[in-house]
Amino acid sequence: MSGHVVPVKTYLGIFVALLALTALTTGVAFVDFGELHTGIGLVDVIPLNTVVALTIALVKMLLVILFFMHVKYSSGLTKIVVMTGFLFLAILVSFTLADELTRGWSPEAGGWNTALPAILPLIRGLC
Amino acid sequence: MSEMAMHGAHPPGFKHQFEDMEQQREAGSLGMWVFLVTEIMFFGGLFATYIIYRTLYLTAFEEGSRLLNVKFGAANTAVLIGSSLTMALAIHAAQAGKKKSEQVMYLVLTMILGALFLFLKFNYEWRADYHEHLIPGFGFIIRPEWGAAGTHVPLYFCFYFFMTGLHAMHMIIGFGILGTLTVMAQRNRFNSEYYAPLEVSGLYWHFVDIVWIFLFPLLYLIGGRFALPGVH
Repeated sequence: MSGHVVPVKTYLGIFVALLALTALTTGVAFVDFGELHTGIGLVDVIPLNTVVALTIALVKMLLVILFFMHVKYSSGLTKIVVMTGFLFLAILVSFTLADELTRGWSPEAGGWNTALPAILPLIRGLC
Repeated sequence: MSEMAMHGAHPPGFKHQFEDMEQQREAGSLGMWVFLVTEIMFFGGLFATYIIYRTLYLTAFEEGSRLLNVKFGAANTAVLIGSSLTMALAIHAAQAGKKKSEQVMYLVLTMILGALFLFLKFNYEWRADYHEHLIPGFGFIIRPEWGAAGTHVPLYFCFYFFMTGLHAMHMIIGFGILGTLTVMAQRNRFNSEYYAPLEVSGLYWHFVDIVWIFLFPLLYLIGGRFALPGVH
């Protein structure tokens, strides 16, 4: 009755894996993986080194969360709460980027700024 | 266990409102995770801002990241992972009913590794940045070799100092928590039935480790460390 006791061997294994992944991510930073060209405005150039580095970081994060933080052995409720945190982070990042990256898509020639004087009287009227 | 609760013969640390120790443990971890979700969003705002400015000024951010010392960054990542291991082992020592001296040893080791991280960061990295005029607001000098991207390199360093600074602040708070835990362990407060303060503090410490796991590639590695063919 003392919760799930993770064997020391598991902790040491995860520790070694995390160190190996740190060495790997540092090592591959010295190799040029080139770039991916999407042809979409501000995200036209995607350096593949960044993709590789963040994928390794994601694996390291999962190892820490699942084993060091015992989420693998926690209840479904805890697992849902953990995932909710990352879901809301994804919403924050994706919606902000969706706004920022599509600023240039305005039908107005000068962007939304030129539309502002037209709606200003309306805003003032509301206040 | 629930029978024991009904008859009022509790294990130490058991609170009346819970069905049994297992439920109490689960509630404790869940509560800590709810706090950590707010921490994800707290750092998340900074990460989201970083992502946008990196998208807008990619070249400047890559120039900036190559100016950091990747050896210190990698070494500090290893140090922090080591401190996460000793933290996990401190909890394990309590869970497995080991002597208090073992819990205290692992907690002290965690603090030593945490202190080593901050020592390397402040005394070597930040000091070198100061001497190389890379701290915005403290005589930052824009170098001609950065070219057109140069004006936005200080922006990258604002992110660097703010993100690593906020992370360091979390670690300093962690020292306070670890110090308290060490005293509690010394007073024999933890056993195989009750170790909730260790468990939830461990969650906090591992979370701070995870933040660094992402800061390392985002700040040190995004520019790559290879020789660029014909760029600049």
